[in-house]
Amino acid sequence: MADEKPAKLPESVEGKVLFNVPFPADLRQLKSMSPIVVMQPYRIDYIHSYGQDSPFFAGLANGRLLGTRCGACAYSYGTPRLHCMRCGAECEWIELPLEGSVHTFTVCHFGGEQFLKETPFVLILVEWPGVATLFLSRLAGVDCARPSLDWVGMKVRARFRRLSRFDPTDVYFVPA
Amino acid sequence: MRPVYLVCGGVSKFAKARPEVTFQAMVKEAYDYALADLGLEFGKAAELVDASVASYFSDHFMRQLKAGSMVQDYLGLCPKPSRRVEGGGATGGLAFQSGWEAVASGRHELVLVYGWETMSRVNTWKGNEFIALASDANFDYPVGGFYTGYYAMMVVRHMREFGTSLEQMALVSVKNHGNAVHNPYAQKRTAVSVEQVRAAEMVAWPLTLLDVCVMSDGAAVVLLASEAGLARLERATGRRARPARVAGVGGGMDAMRMADRPRGEVMLLPHEKPGDYPGLKYPGVHSFRAGRMASKAAYAMAGIGDPAAELDFVELHDAYTSSEIQTYEDMGLARYGEGGRFVESGRPFLPGLDYGVALPEQGRLPVNPSGGLLACGHPVGATGLMQAVFALWQLQGSIGRHFGNERLQVRNARRGAIHSHAGTGTYVVVSILERAFP
Repeated sequence: MADEKPAKLPESVEGKVLFNVPFPADLRQLKSMSPIVVMQPYRIDYIHSYGQDSPFFAGLANGRLLGTRCGACAYSYGTPRLHCMRCGAECEWIELPLEGSVHTFTVCHFGGEQFLKETPFVLILVEWPGVATLFLSRLAGVDCARPSLDWVGMKVRARFRRLSRFDPTDVYFVPA
Repeated sequence: MRPVYLVCGGVSKFAKARPEVTFQAMVKEAYDYALADLGLEFGKAAELVDASVASYFSDHFMRQLKAGSMVQDYLGLCPKPSRRVEGGGATGGLAFQSGWEAVASGRHELVLVYGWETMSRVNTWKGNEFIALASDANFDYPVGGFYTGYYAMMVVRHMREFGTSLEQMALVSVKNHGNAVHNPYAQKRTAVSVEQVRAAEMVAWPLTLLDVCVMSDGAAVVLLASEAGLARLERATGRRARPARVAGVGGGMDAMRMADRPRGEVMLLPHEKPGDYPGLKYPGVHSFRAGRMASKAAYAMAGIGDPAAELDFVELHDAYTSSEIQTYEDMGLARYGEGGRFVESGRPFLPGLDYGVALPEQGRLPVNPSGGLLACGHPVGATGLMQAVFALWQLQGSIGRHFGNERLQVRNARRGAIHSHAGTGTYVVVSILERAFP
């Protein structure tokens, strides 16, 4: 046993970055030391399924905007939902008109980290006559520096990304 | 169900960042304050408290799952039972009601509810992203998920529907920042003017930096008791408690996606009549149906017929100036469409405080006398409990002792409401508190 090397963990360069490592000679001073703050990166790849909503994303990739309509009560959804909130029955896929109007909007000058580089951008809720619920999207082609309440009611037309990302921004709207 | 009393509470200092403490130690600050206020020793409290509820919103902010059990052991409450309650921005209010249920049902005599959030552990942009993940991650978040943007869309529709003005929204900021100047617990203690609110950096049109609450580190706790629990505490401390009774509780929900909200009939409160809202499509995205549902249930339980006349103050969830105006209406303090004119009238201000603006009426129903989320901060899991603590102190008449000055004390406050609200009005809870000592 004496000839064997002592057991040790493998070394790596994945250590933490320390911004301060104070240590007083007198242990009674430890309570007044600055907190140690370390950077902890955290990145995850999710294997995410769109489940029963998947045809919506297939639709966007093919230049089609899909909503749903309840087979039992005919309530219609501008953002798809495969079971009706009102009666619980299964919904059917329907194609939505490419032209709608702005129900409400905002211009985002800040945002979550993922979208910060895209600011300023315009968010809208789109409405269609005869469709009971709305659809959240982006509006391009307006002046972000001059928002106006008059944008509510503006006629807008859907456009589709050529290179699909398979997220809801594969469709966006422009003034019709 | 049995009567439930709010006996004592504590609030840690709310700040942009508290790197000098972990979340457990921050909760202990609030807990120690509550125990000292009651005159109860730590070991005795651990013996008497039957159970706890842990209130925190986001596992992402800490990258720590099951954090509640770490607070439970830090407070010396093991092996007593505990559970976690979570519901976005309404987490604190939901946890408060969960504690109420545990006592009202007869399961426990004394329940501690503790809440916190440590939002400084990521930068603000990442924090915005985490919060936005509390919107539909398939259909809403990827479009440009940002909560201030969602609320901005809601108020644009409110402006369009009812003529609500940017100046009316700014007055909410003036009021709440003006109150917080006198609240030592508040994160922001600087008075602002209508002009400053409008000139501040635009976040999501029309909401500026001063229309929006900030991210915070902070903690708050409350202790709830049955009558037997109160007697236990009084025996242990040798003092008469000065509690508030939880006279009413209510809750409501709405669809996660704003796009899914229906456009139908208004849900009426007792003081409203069919025909009050001709042609109004409700709730759409301009109103919070969950807030109306929660208020209606809480008022019914507390026997309130006309809230504006029967409440002495309200601490409500003003994450945005706009949502305070919308909430006046949901809670029936003003009719739908009249929230903007309600703040303009001066009624939700505190009487006798100088806000630097001329108001037509003296304050009659102070709303957010503490300064609300806009100025106190919004450490999510602590926020609804902070409201409960400040409401208790109002009802005890003890604001002077806790704040070091009397300016925010609502004179002879006998009944108040607290209101906690999550993302775009998904979860909303309202609780009514009444003074319960001579």
